Amino acid sequence: MVEGTASPYRILIAKPGLDGHDRGAKVIVRALRDAGFEVIYTGIRQTPEMIARAAIQEDVDAVGLSLLSGAHMTLFPRVASLLKEEGLGDILVFGGGIIPDEDFPLLRKKGIDRVFGPGTSLQSIVDYLKEALARRKQATDGKSKARKIKEGAKAAK
Amino acid sequence: MTMTPAAETYDFKTPSGVEIERYYGPDTHPVSQAELGEPGRYPFTRGIHATMYRGRLWTMRQYAGFGTAQETNQRFRWLLEEGQTGLSTAFDLPTQTGLDADHPAAAGEVGRVGVHVGTIADMETLFAEIPLDKVSTSLTINATAPILLAFYLAIAKRRGAAFESLRGTLQNDVLKEFLARGTYIFPPGPSLRFAVDAIVYSLKNLPLFNPISISGYHIREAGSDAVQEIAFTLANAEAYLKEIERRGIPPERSGERVAFFFGCHNHFLEEIAKFRAARRVWAKMMREDWGVKNPRAQMLRFHVQTCGSTLTSQQPLNNVMRTALQAMAATLGGAQSLHTNAYDEALALPSETSAALALKTQQILAYETGVADTADPAGGSWAIESLTTQLERRIREKIGDIRAKGGMIDLIARGVPQGEIHEKAYEHSREVESGRRKIVGVNCLAIPEKKGRLKTLKVAASAESSLKKALAAFKAKRNKAAVRESLDAVSRAAAQPSGDLFVPVLAAVQARATLGEIVATLREHFGEHRSS
Repeated sequence: MVEGTASPYRILIAKPGLDGHDRGAKVIVRALRDAGFEVIYTGIRQTPEMIARAAIQEDVDAVGLSLLSGAHMTLFPRVASLLKEEGLGDILVFGGGIIPDEDFPLLRKKGIDRVFGPGTSLQSIVDYLKEALARRKQATDGKSKARKIKEGAKAAK
Repeated sequence: MTMTPAAETYDFKTPSGVEIERYYGPDTHPVSQAELGEPGRYPFTRGIHATMYRGRLWTMRQYAGFGTAQETNQRFRWLLEEGQTGLSTAFDLPTQTGLDADHPAAAGEVGRVGVHVGTIADMETLFAEIPLDKVSTSLTINATAPILLAFYLAIAKRRGAAFESLRGTLQNDVLKEFLARGTYIFPPGPSLRFAVDAIVYSLKNLPLFNPISISGYHIREAGSDAVQEIAFTLANAEAYLKEIERRGIPPERSGERVAFFFGCHNHFLEEIAKFRAARRVWAKMMREDWGVKNPRAQMLRFHVQTCGSTLTSQQPLNNVMRTALQAMAATLGGAQSLHTNAYDEALALPSETSAALALKTQQILAYETGVADTADPAGGSWAIESLTTQLERRIREKIGDIRAKGGMIDLIARGVPQGEIHEKAYEHSREVESGRRKIVGVNCLAIPEKKGRLKTLKVAASAESSLKKALAAFKAKRNKAAVRESLDAVSRAAAQPSGDLFVPVLAAVQARATLGEIVATLREHFGEHRSS
């Protein structure tokens, strides 16, 4: 059973690309909600641009990408780089799906903090997010303010 | 240390929630002869043929496809050499969603989960040197199924293969895309119209071809239990039969050519019972509810694939055993054709080694174990008969409930079955998480493996760029005016609220219009369905 937590973190779970298999993504959404996260789910068949836009609009702390089609090497880094272009490199990006181990190092280099393969326990994803987000919060406390300022400037335009 | 589950920590229930008794016997669970019948006779509990596998073995049909048409053609020919008896084509997601290889939204997806077929030339290459009038072929495709069937018929025509000789199956079950799999394009109304256009054309012109394979497999894979899998599928079948009847072909006739597709999961006893129950439910639905007298239209003919979601990435060789047992349950359940999964599919598309072993698993089952020697060998077992009857009752109740609530099309539009499937999926995950449902190598006996990576299939990244180049060359060589004219005809047909779309689509692929061009033309009239 997933242990509860009173975390205020906001997570976007997203399905990039054309893959319609979202059993796993929807289970993760439920498990994270049960663990106390605020979770937004994009639905299937989103472009990286749509996902980045949703991450900005929803002001999330992390984006979880789920893909089973094998297009992860194209689509995951694209989401990470779009967020970086928007000055939102502090948003934690993680992923899961049918992804071979040998792709993990390159994905990490391209801004995907962690990749979970099939059979990952729900608890280990919850534990990872709590830990990684707490670490990020400490490290980037100043930066998230910059993000708010940037957003404010955008809204004013 | 003992791994025998202690009674107080384990509830003896099937995944569908049927309570399993300590034992079954003639006094507590008598078998009704009337319900059982004989093999080949109503209500077909014991199989649809009197001789079952003695007369004809199940078709060994491995779903395969990746990269370019050349690569998949090689895999097909190799599978046939290895003794496979039918083909099943896996298409990539751009083909499934109607995008040409050069579409921006197709980036990274071309040739990934299946082969890309965007033109008549691709289809020609895919079936090069494969005799279309001899090999039965399944086109595993849905939202764009009528277009892929058109490519297939166009090459058959060019090669002089008579339409009357074409055997095979078009999956063409678009309702389950909204329900479970997500690979839709247009909203449900026009999607159903397009699918049924291809069905009606096939019923009139392709006497040996199954123009639809109504699929519970994807519903099960999305997380449903066995009862939901069968109930939602047979209820979807009713929706199609109604629409086909509206076009003037009664279920008495269409029922003969409607095929089904189910999954086979881990619970050996429940799965055997499920297939037997499904046959009985369908026979009764057709005879009692629809008044169908033709026995061939009362028979539930189905393909089975072992369930991919039961495969684990941990200790992947364990998947060989899971697949073998599931395959055995499918044959004890009387399947007409079978796909056995490869052990590395929780990690990647099958390698040549794993694909060969998957096929050989079926061959060993067919030629060495004796399960094919007699019809319905599990029949008469008090346990199996009792489970069959209980599942039948639950499936019928569920179908009754679906009918009372307005039928599947209405329920799907309201997201009701989708929600029910998701509930089951989450329940399953929590049971695995808590250890109540045991999976060897995952939450039970999860002994770390000695490191040593499996060699998995790599789809060459060059497939996408070579397909884009081939598409540009294809477009450069065609008669542009003829393409334009054929697409205009498709557009005019789609502008009408009803009327056939298949014949203009067949003409368009012959004029060398691409998949993406035809779908874009239809999209202008039909719009696009977005997930909520």
